[in-house]
Amino acid sequence: MMSNRSRLAALWWIPRGLIFGLMAFFIFGPLFNMLLWTVTEKWYFPHALPLEYGFSAWGRVFAPRGGALESLGNSLIVAILTVAVSLALAIPAGYALARLKLPLRSLILLAFLIPQAFPNLTVYVNVARIFYEIGLNGTIAGVVLVHASHGLVYAVWIATAAFSAIDVELEQAARSIGAGALRTFRDITLPLAAPGLLASAIFVFLESLDEFTGSYFVGAPDVNMLPLLLYTAGSGGNYQIASITALLLLVPSLIFMLIVERFLKADVLSRVGR
Amino acid sequence: MSGAGFLKIDGVATGYGATQVLKDISLSIASGEFVALLGSSGCGKTTLLRVLAGFVAPKSGIVSVRQREVTHLPPDKRGMALVFQSYALWPHMSVAQNIGYGLKLRGVASADIARRVSAMQAMLGLEGLEDRKPGALSGGQRQRVALGRALVVDPEILLLDEPLSNLDARIRLTVRHELRALQQRLGITAIHVTHDREEAMVMADRIVILDAGRIAQQGSPEEVYNRPASAFVAAFMGAENHVSLTVDVQSDTVSIAPGPANRAGQVPLSGRSLSSGPVEARFRPEAARLFSLSAETPNEPGLVFEGRVVSVTYPGGLWRHVVRLADREILADAVHPFAAGETVGVFVAAASLFLFNMSANAADSSVSRPDGRE
Repeated sequence: MMSNRSRLAALWWIPRGLIFGLMAFFIFGPLFNMLLWTVTEKWYFPHALPLEYGFSAWGRVFAPRGGALESLGNSLIVAILTVAVSLALAIPAGYALARLKLPLRSLILLAFLIPQAFPNLTVYVNVARIFYEIGLNGTIAGVVLVHASHGLVYAVWIATAAFSAIDVELEQAARSIGAGALRTFRDITLPLAAPGLLASAIFVFLESLDEFTGSYFVGAPDVNMLPLLLYTAGSGGNYQIASITALLLLVPSLIFMLIVERFLKADVLSRVGR
Repeated sequence: MSGAGFLKIDGVATGYGATQVLKDISLSIASGEFVALLGSSGCGKTTLLRVLAGFVAPKSGIVSVRQREVTHLPPDKRGMALVFQSYALWPHMSVAQNIGYGLKLRGVASADIARRVSAMQAMLGLEGLEDRKPGALSGGQRQRVALGRALVVDPEILLLDEPLSNLDARIRLTVRHELRALQQRLGITAIHVTHDREEAMVMADRIVILDAGRIAQQGSPEEVYNRPASAFVAAFMGAENHVSLTVDVQSDTVSIAPGPANRAGQVPLSGRSLSSGPVEARFRPEAARLFSLSAETPNEPGLVFEGRVVSVTYPGGLWRHVVRLADREILADAVHPFAAGETVGVFVAAASLFLFNMSANAADSSVSRPDGRE
């Protein structure tokens, strides 16, 4: 009996290895395929690997008329502004939700989910119509507003969690030796919440970077963004350009995921949405 | 001491929703006095401290310092510094930054801050730790940093919220004396919240015992220990043994009628405000004296109970006996152990026997008070 079980245990690595292998394949397979496409000159069915390698697609993407640099610039500007707007709203909102005994606290938190609750398409078509009337359509500001409404749920939820993770007594200790409310917030609360706020900023940044529907309806064709470029290239069958654009989108995501992993502590995560 | 009414609390009441946490608390504290607020958890002592600090607004009543009302001033405008039970050290600042923060707020030049912070570190025995973060300190060190952070700003009033309860027992004993010596040296008025009777006894000039949001008794440690004003205070101050008796009060003697476990006895009234009828008697285990029934009965005013030893333990110093007296068990100490099952006499001297009328209103503090000054 014992030996049977131990033999079974010894064989346990086989299903485990298979599962991990499959997971790795599903995650890294497409990534590897994308990387291959970025250095492909010629590749068609039924060949398993590219026929010719080269960097000519990179030249086309980064040529002045390729539009990639403009899109990258737009995407970064919009993402940074979205982060600024979201944090400017999320810091006071998150602090109030964390500290004050607000009635319907969870309802308020839930309300930030509303932009996500309806089909994006219908929402953004109507947003585009309204923005068009007030002249916000096709402007960076318009796209930033759309992205901020979308990113606010992450920003407020994570900021609320970050502030509630700070013991009120840490603030009271500062008050009792003579710090005013604002000074306490600046010297004690904000530095202690900073890792959580940074994490929320990163989420908003990433959301903004690959948001497509809103950017398309509100931004295009005046404000071109990277996901739009990716979409155009992909639908046009130009896999080299699509892959290079995807890589441009992927790099900041990877960097930021590493930062999030470092800064977002478990005690903050456990309070998200509460 | 400059004036008795340095810090005055007048009719303070507070509560959350329908529950009353503090009911009509009035207290006058002299400058330089060390007052301990003593009570079990939930008695309102921490809430009272927070009312003083400005973190809880009282529903009614007035708090004033030097005749100046501070009831509604924000915490940072009161000149009081609070030391938290959790220490509440700022984890993102070093020891020196934690201690120096109050000085930085007051715009003290950084060279001055460095000088005063290191002087404070030297006084509290924290030399060489200035660059450590609070996370890298021991409990005792954190406690001293929290104390230093409060003391460095020279507060008029130091508020201490059970600052010793997170220390381990051995350190706590030394810190008690250090803290008391420091407070006397600096001449600061200190209000110390604790649930530890012994801590309150050794540290405070005056003990204020709170019970369910009211002041049950206040007085010097010796007063509350030897002349408890109510059964609650007596029990809280360690007189856990309680027995029901019937007494007859005549002029200045209390005659105790023989009961199922006690002989007849007489004790002097000595100021107790006691009336004839059923009473609750309370005494400490160490105040009881066990003697063998074959030996001579102690010849001094007091009361003798008769009972049977149930068990004996040795907690150190004296032998502790559980003695069965008719319908209840009491604890009594003796120098020599008595065997379990032995029938013994338990003698309680008059001065150690606390008697309280069994009234419907147990919280009435004037029920019985030896040497009462009403």
